[in-house]
Amino acid sequence: MEIRSHDILLVGGGGAGLRAAIAAAEVNPKLSVAVVSKVYPMRSHTVSAEGGAAGVAKPDDSLDEHAYDTISGGDWMCDQDAVEAFVKEAPLELLQLERWGCPWNREPDGHIAVRAFGGMTNKRTWFAADKTGFHMLHTLFQTTLKYQPITRYDEYFVTKLLVDDGRVQGVVAIEIMSGKIQAITAKAVILCTGGCGRVFPFTTNANIKNGDGMALAQRAGAPLKDMEFVQYHPTGLPFTGILITEAARAEGGYMLNKDGYRYLQDYDLGKPQPTPVLRSMELGPRDRLSQAFVKEDQKGRTIPTEYGPVVHLDLRHLGEKLINAKLPFVRELCVKYQNIDPVTELIPVRPVVHYMMGGVSTDINGATPMAGLYAAGEVACVSINGANRLGSNSLPECLVFGARAGHAAAEFAASQKAPNGSVWTQATNEVLRLEQQYLHKTSGRERIATLREEMQKTIEAGAGIYREEASLKQARQKIQELQERFENVGLDDHGRTFNTELISALELGFMLDVAQSIIECALYRAESRGAHQRTDFPKRDDQKFLAHSLVRRSSDGSLSVDYLPVKITHWPPGERKYGEGSHKASKQTKVS
Amino acid sequence: MTEMSELNQAAHTEFHPRWYRKRLSTWWWLGEWHYLVFILRELSSLSVAWFVGLTLFQLRAFMRGPDSYGRFTDTLQSPIMIALNLIAFCFIMLHAITWFNLAPRAMPVRVGGKRVPEFLVAAPNYVLWIAVSAFVAWLLLRTS
Amino acid sequence: MADKIVLEIARYAPERDDKPSFQSFEVPLRKEWVVLDALNYIKDKVDGTLTYRWSCRMGICGSCGMMVNGEPKLTCATFLTSYGNNATVRVEPLRYFPVIRDLVTALSDFLVKLQKVKPWLIHPNQPPLSAGEFLQTPEQLDLYKQFSMCINCTLCYAACPVVGLDQEFVGPAALALAQRYNLDNRDQGSAERLATLAHPDGIWGCTFVGECTRVCPKHVDPAGAIQQYKLTAALDWVKSFILPRGHKDAPQETAHD
Repeated sequence: MEIRSHDILLVGGGGAGLRAAIAAAEVNPKLSVAVVSKVYPMRSHTVSAEGGAAGVAKPDDSLDEHAYDTISGGDWMCDQDAVEAFVKEAPLELLQLERWGCPWNREPDGHIAVRAFGGMTNKRTWFAADKTGFHMLHTLFQTTLKYQPITRYDEYFVTKLLVDDGRVQGVVAIEIMSGKIQAITAKAVILCTGGCGRVFPFTTNANIKNGDGMALAQRAGAPLKDMEFVQYHPTGLPFTGILITEAARAEGGYMLNKDGYRYLQDYDLGKPQPTPVLRSMELGPRDRLSQAFVKEDQKGRTIPTEYGPVVHLDLRHLGEKLINAKLPFVRELCVKYQNIDPVTELIPVRPVVHYMMGGVSTDINGATPMAGLYAAGEVACVSINGANRLGSNSLPECLVFGARAGHAAAEFAASQKAPNGSVWTQATNEVLRLEQQYLHKTSGRERIATLREEMQKTIEAGAGIYREEASLKQARQKIQELQERFENVGLDDHGRTFNTELISALELGFMLDVAQSIIECALYRAESRGAHQRTDFPKRDDQKFLAHSLVRRSSDGSLSVDYLPVKITHWPPGERKYGEGSHKASKQTKVS
Repeated sequence: MTEMSELNQAAHTEFHPRWYRKRLSTWWWLGEWHYLVFILRELSSLSVAWFVGLTLFQLRAFMRGPDSYGRFTDTLQSPIMIALNLIAFCFIMLHAITWFNLAPRAMPVRVGGKRVPEFLVAAPNYVLWIAVSAFVAWLLLRTS
Repeated sequence: MADKIVLEIARYAPERDDKPSFQSFEVPLRKEWVVLDALNYIKDKVDGTLTYRWSCRMGICGSCGMMVNGEPKLTCATFLTSYGNNATVRVEPLRYFPVIRDLVTALSDFLVKLQKVKPWLIHPNQPPLSAGEFLQTPEQLDLYKQFSMCINCTLCYAACPVVGLDQEFVGPAALALAQRYNLDNRDQGSAERLATLAHPDGIWGCTFVGECTRVCPKHVDPAGAIQQYKLTAALDWVKSFILPRGHKDAPQETAHD
């Protein structure tokens, strides 16, 4: 078997992965850095982020206010030391991206322009029209092209982490184009594989977001953290799940029920005003807006459609000129994919799974509890997002913690010896497993698509916006059955060249693991907090649950959950308040 | 990681997929309307050459005296020459129009930081073309 | 109304086939289905060996470009209904690229070309980050913004006959991205890019067919970018005669106009 070796190995080539690669290459240009990605890096899902990236930029704003918004938005589940580091470094990272050529929108005098965003007290969201993620990713990708030490393995799918001596020493990967399976060893591995939205039936996430890195890490022995916190975005287009950015509401869009009534005023989110008010009504946090939708639906005040109930997002009063100038992509998406023009028509929307707050447990430098293994971006849980992520915090998170993980991994790698021989045996065994279980097996009877659909329905029913013990236990049972049926999965495709069916099967395996972890964490957290809402435990319980869930997988596949206290530095837990006057809260509650 | 040298290998060997690359036919431009228009635009340069050649012959006939010039104009009146000139004229029209339509793309004009709409850039070309043609027509008609 | 549509899909398995052949599949015709939804339907329900790339399904990742009835298209943005009930729609891999399998083309050559034009911000001796951002007015941003919208879907390569005739031609997307940086007031690299761009395989390879611009799903206008750069390069060449000493700085000046 062919073995290649590098000092640092990135798994995933999105925002966090590319930022980490550049950071590692800049720490020490002599290091050999490799980016392994199952798609060409510019296809990574960072590309789909629309609204913007938060970083304090103007004199009327402060780091403390950004930290407080993030912590209260996360329902006090954020580690506050991580948040403090994050808000401090976010503006520098965004500035660094500007220096690399990112086309940020500008003020007339040439300075960076910022916009308002849901849950943020002040205007601090940097944006590049409504294609911020696209511009960030392409800027990063094009910048990596100038770094000689960065080797790319484009369209390589990682199937396993190689572990020896309690240290992660590389990966086994399939070169998709040829079907060749090979080991790539490294002194440190950084997972940047993104989230797992495809576990759910209705998501804004791209087809490639299957929780690969989460499952890889957990199988290798690293714990996943806070997996019960799954963010629903309140405004997705039905059928496609395409996201209509929060910016549409920040610019003044209204959420209307079937009677044309701005229903958010009934859910403690402030009083309706003709123009947008920060942290109020349509600019409230995502979890609260998604929950309001479910309640509105229970009252029978949503609009039924072929693809389930919807409410309406109304942009008509903003006028064609403003929509074209500030929200051109929103209009393009509606016209191209939904055949609706927001200038003259209401946009049907419903909550869709958007983001995974949980992930591979890391410290403030992206290091997991396993030596040699790092994680950054959506795959990781640092945690700065707590129980609910604020819009426009995830893009800077990729940059800040991508860079931190890159630096930390580079330092770690400098003191490590090359991997030893036992990982080669592991790699050979992995090749045999893949061949026997998938490529050479002709007896499998289960279809990938069938199992995938059942998994998606199960988790939506058991661990959707609202959860309870009975439905969670039912879902747990069903996913266990699906795991067993997955053993009997059969492929139509037994070829080597570009076998996308093999990749889909492996992704399904990862997703089933992730689904189990989500359900397990949700079952044990007997409280309601942020995105995790239990109808049988509707109150937040700081006595028992001001702690992160850690879920581990033992070698027999069984899961265990334990807890890690949340780090509080300056902001003791308080009540999340939205609506008028709520933005004054930050100064009142800080304890030095 | 695959090198270009792996293109079009003779046979498939495991892990070295053989890429299929279709060779472009000599008649690639016939299959598609847009390509055909492009090739016609390129061919229109022959019409320019035709008119230049014609002018040179006209000049030679003029310098050789009235008899020679008479024979030249007689030739021009033959159906074949009329047909050829008509075709050449159509090609020149095609050349001018496609070229004027492409002009705004090659030279975007900005006024006060805003890009001027394409038709506004193309329009002056047409206006100038018509004006010059009208002037030439006036010159010709006046002397006759 | 059980509406149907037939997809004729190019199949090529390198282990088995010497050249591609077509296979027909009948799929339901639904109002909101794009060509990609039909491919997914076939892969999930009928034939798991059908091979193609896709990811975002919202026209931004650039993975799912294919020839649909002979036209380069993003299949996630091409409604089946636009071809009518009981129609036959022919789906092939993007033209002029080597085919790896079925509808998947090899992209490695494009990435080599992209890297060649240095599509990154060149600005030596930058002040420290603490000095703040480079200033750029909305008007300066507007000068290059259109060319920065390229999603690398390579539809323009499949539209350009020069790409088909000359494998060395750098091609529309890469040239447009080079021009995107040349026109950025923060960039000082146009002189460095000149040798690759003002070359028979660069802008001078372009015969202005204009198809790249017509098929671009993001309205990048690569043809425009190339013609504008031709003008810059030509003027630069003329200047080198008139002002021999000023020649070296000339491209930089034009970039900062």
